[in-house]
This record gives sequence, structure tokens and C-alpha cells, in this order.
Amino acid sequence: MMGLGARSDSPSPALRERAQSEWAFEMGTTKFWIASFVVGFVFLVLTRSFITNEYFFFAGYQVLQFIVLATAWNILGGYTGYTNFGTGAFFAVGAYTAVVLHKLTSLPVPVMMLAGGVISGIIGFGMGYLTLRLKGVFFAIATLALAIVAQTLIVNWDYVGGSRGIYIIRPQYAPIAGSYIQYLYSLMLALTWMSVAIARTIERSTLGLGFNAIRDDEQAAEAGGVPTLRLKLIATTLSGALMGMSGAPLPYYVTYLDPASSFNLSYAVNSVAMPMIGGMTSWIGPIIGAVLLGTIQQLATVTISSALNLLIVGVVLIVFVVIAPNGIVGLVQTRWRARIR
Amino acid sequence: MRRRQHNDTQGARDVAVTATGGVLTRMFSLDLAVNAIVAGLLLGGFYAAVTVGVTISFGMLDIVNIAHPAFIMLGSFVAYIVNSNFGVDPISIGVVMTPVFFLIGMGVYEIYYYAFERRGEESIQGLAFFFGLLFVGEVALILAFGVDYRFVEAPYIGPSLHLGFVDLPLRMLIPCLVSLLMLTVLQIFLGRTFIGRAILAVSQDRVALQLMAANPSRVKRIAFGISIATTALAGALLIIIQPVEPSIGRDYIGRIFAICVLGGMTSFPGMLAGAMLIGIVESITSTFYGPSWAPAVAFGFLLLTLAVRPAGILGR
Repeated sequence: MMGLGARSDSPSPALRERAQSEWAFEMGTTKFWIASFVVGFVFLVLTRSFITNEYFFFAGYQVLQFIVLATAWNILGGYTGYTNFGTGAFFAVGAYTAVVLHKLTSLPVPVMMLAGGVISGIIGFGMGYLTLRLKGVFFAIATLALAIVAQTLIVNWDYVGGSRGIYIIRPQYAPIAGSYIQYLYSLMLALTWMSVAIARTIERSTLGLGFNAIRDDEQAAEAGGVPTLRLKLIATTLSGALMGMSGAPLPYYVTYLDPASSFNLSYAVNSVAMPMIGGMTSWIGPIIGAVLLGTIQQLATVTISSALNLLIVGVVLIVFVVIAPNGIVGLVQTRWRARIR
Repeated sequence: MRRRQHNDTQGARDVAVTATGGVLTRMFSLDLAVNAIVAGLLLGGFYAAVTVGVTISFGMLDIVNIAHPAFIMLGSFVAYIVNSNFGVDPISIGVVMTPVFFLIGMGVYEIYYYAFERRGEESIQGLAFFFGLLFVGEVALILAFGVDYRFVEAPYIGPSLHLGFVDLPLRMLIPCLVSLLMLTVLQIFLGRTFIGRAILAVSQDRVALQLMAANPSRVKRIAFGISIATTALAGALLIIIQPVEPSIGRDYIGRIFAICVLGGMTSFPGMLAGAMLIGIVESITSTFYGPSWAPAVAFGFLLLTLAVRPAGILGR
């Protein structure tokens, strides 16, 4: 099933790689880190100096958070071909790590993000170690299970509020100029830059080639000398860690955290749907999907209702996997190739 | 045997709690443990009804239908609507609805086949398809009915049988019996009829069937229809056992797949054993540690099984 995806008539990795470089701009990894940093920094400065409406930062934080989640999911799901339905768990573990640190210490938020990343990364590693030697389907089901186990633990842990939830009083002043939401927004933008750059670095490295080999045909990869288990563990750890990091600022963003909302299935649905809609083979895919779906959801929440916007995400996901399984990037690539011919 | 009233048992428990004598306390916990095990067996019987569909779709057909709980929720809400409007017995509703659910199942398989299986892209995209179905089903039910708990009314909800100090609530006993009946019917169907044997053949070797000029996807369509048809009845049983709210379906994902994997994927007796095991462990956990820990048990079991013994308890 999952490991033997090569039966499909999708183009070989080499062809796909070529199509990608035709389509994406050719750029070295270091150059990309610098260029994306400049783009992100300019974006930050522009939005913070010209937009005065607080709601923009409130909504922008969510869209950025979804870019991180989608990119993190795609490192495992898109590059390696293993489906993770437990995004909510990794995300909420990051958030609750921050809650514990908030109660014990007065560390700055970036440190909490690092800590959340470390804890979620460890969980990702353990999860992978337990299940990755089996067929991919079992990994997918086990991640669903992990979300419920983690939620049950948090519900029964009174120190972090249990099922009642917990109120977090955020500091009155942000460490840098501007409001606290603007500060969180800036942090999330930095994390977005980091995860996108990491994803693209992986994509262009031998690590990424190994991931793709596992996705296309795991048995062939194993036979060809690719250390499949080790690579899969790297992918789960990295992906889990990024999800945890994006969850850590959540308590300060919502100021009230409870298990039902932080472990919400909608995080999993979104982080699966966004790369699928954007395209899973390239780093730009999750960004396209997240910006598109994230913005639609923000607009729908404001104008219609929040339950209906979740329905939209689900329906869009189903329609896309049925009609355009390679996402928007796939559609663009097909057109590009047709034009070259 | 039925002379002993529920109040008397309650009174005896209170005495046991207040008594300082060691013997009485031990008797008290024994009584509690036996009751927990019996409740677990009844619960396990019901879990078999919920899981049998996944044993067919996931175990035999290799279709990872994680949207199975969404169909169970649909079954529960159909039972709720008909029962609250016309007062019809929920189990009869479940039985009558099976053909409708069978057709829905065939329709879903048709989409799955044309979109994924035929193209050989059944892995990630197929999983995401069912995941989307699960989510859409849940949100649609929330939009239609809200997040209130719904329940049905039937004469057997409420009273219970008492055998000595063992309580047998009819609300659990009847779903368990109906579930065992359904399992028996399905087992006979698979073993004795032409279509049933064809389904088993698909589960054993799809390519061999194709070489013998049979059409596996036609057989799979019928089998998937049957797997969804079971959810009509399973959903009705669920709403008899407990009040239902759209998002509780999610709790069943891990439970269902844990039982299916524990039972060795394809065999009904193995699945029943797995269901009973999970039922007992959950019941003991909620009796002695509190119900809020129960959901973690099934999932913990699933993770353990996957890590230690992926072939299931009966193994192959």
C-alpha cells in the first residue's frame, strides 16, 4: 500500500526534479536562506509600519501558524509519504509545554518555543520508533491514537488546568515595540521563515532524495542502501518538533487554553488539506495551500460561521484529492510541461 | 435470582465502605471487579458490532476507511430522528436502514475506485479522502443537530437483570446479543454463499482472482457496501448504550482499529476476542481509575500491539 506507491504512473523522481527546477527559480540553499530572510523581514517591516488594524495581526498569526503546520506536515507526509493525523497532538504538546514553563518560570516566549519543539520532537521520535517498521497505514492510525492518548493525559493533569482549561495572563508589554499580538505575529513569521527554509533545504539535499526514495518505493530504497528507518525517524522528529514550536505561543495568543480546542481535529484536517491542495512535492505547495485555505477560513469565520468554514475545508480537501491529486503545483507543472513541448 | 433489588446492593456497598473489617472490604472489591468484568464483556460484544465493518473494509479489502465512525454516527442520528418522531424501536430502525447504508457504501466505493484505486494512488490521497469524509460527516451533523447529547427511548433502556451481586443492564445486554447475532449472520454469509466466498477470495489474493477472469472491484464494491451497512445497526446500538453527540465518533477510531489489529485483521472470532479484551480493560479502568482515563486505554493498547505484536493476539 503506502510503501509501494511506485505502481502509479506519476513521473520518475528525476523528471519531477527537473520539472521543479524549471518551474521554481534556480537558487542555492544558502542564497535561499538569505533571500527568504530578506523577503520575510521586508514583509514584517511593511506590515508592522503600515497596517494599524490589530485584527490583521490576529488573523495573520493564524495563517502563518498554518503555513508552519502545513510545511512541517509536508516534511513527513509529502516528502516521505507517511501520513500523520496527529498534528493536533504535537501542536498541543508544544502549547502545554509553554503552559508548564509559564507556571514554573518566566522564560521569554522564543525559549518556550524551543522547549515545545524539543518535547514534541521527542514524542515524534518515539512515535516513529514504535510504528515505522510497519506498513504506513498503521503509522497513520497510530498517530490518530496518539492524539487521544495525549489529550487524555492532559485532561487528567490538574496542574495544567485539566479539562476545565487554564487562563494565561500575558505580560502587559511586549519585549519589543508594539502590542503583544504584534510580537507574537513577528515570532510566528520568524518560525515560518525557518520552517520553509528548512523544508527547501531538505528538498534539495541528499536527505530529501532519500525521503523521496522512501515515498516512491520503500522496498527498492531499502535494497538500494537507503537507511530507511533512520531517515523516517529524522522526518518524524523534525516534523513533530516544528509542530510543537508553532504550538508554544498559543497560550499567549488565546490567553485561555483547554484540551478540547488545543487538540482539535481541525488542526489535523488543515495540515493534511493544505499541502494536498497546494501540492506535496515542493516547499511552495504547503504555503500556497495554507495561505489560500487559511485566508478563506478567516474570511468565512468573520462573515459566516466557524462551523461552516470547517465544512468548507473538508469539502475542498475531498474535491481536491479526487480531482487534482497533485494539488495546485501539480496543475501548474502539467501546464508548464505541455507548453514546453 | 431477581429478588435482590438494586437498592439493596447499593446498601450493601455502603456498609462495605463504612465497615472496617478486612473481609468485608475484600468482598466489596471482588463484587466490583466481577461487575466490571461482566460490564466489559457486554461492552466488548457491542464493540464487535462497531468493528466488524472495519474488519471487512480494512482487514479484507485493504481499504483504510477511517471514516467508519462517521457512518456509525449517521446511523445513530437516523435512529434518533425516527425514534423521537415516530417512537419506533431503535434496533428495528437499524435493521431497516441497512439496505440504504449498503447503497451509500457502494456509492462511496465507486468514488474511491475511480479516483484512487484504478489509478493505483490508494495510499496518501485515499487516506486523506476518508479523513475528509470523517471530518465533513462530523461537521455536517454538528451543523444540523448542534453539539447536544441525543438519546433514544425504548422499553429496555433503564431496567436491569440481577444475578446475585452481578448487574446486567438490559441497555448493554441487548446490544451485545444483537451484535453477536449480526456477527454470526455475517460469518455464515461469508462462509456459505457464493458472494461471501468471493469476498474471502479477494481478501486472500486479488490478482489471482483477476487471472481467473473475475472482477475484483465488483466484489469489493459489494463487500464495502456490506461493511457500511453494518454501521446502520451499529449506530442504532451505540445510541441505545449511551447518549450520542457528533464528535464522539472520533473516540471510536482508535478503539475500532485497535480491536481490528488485535484480532489479526481478517478473522471474526479473533476480532470478537479483541473486542472483549478492550471492553474488559476499559471497563476495569473506568471502574477503578475513573471514566476520564478509559479512552487512553484502547489507544495505549493499539500502540503496544503495533509495537510488540502487529499480527494480533491470535496471530497467524
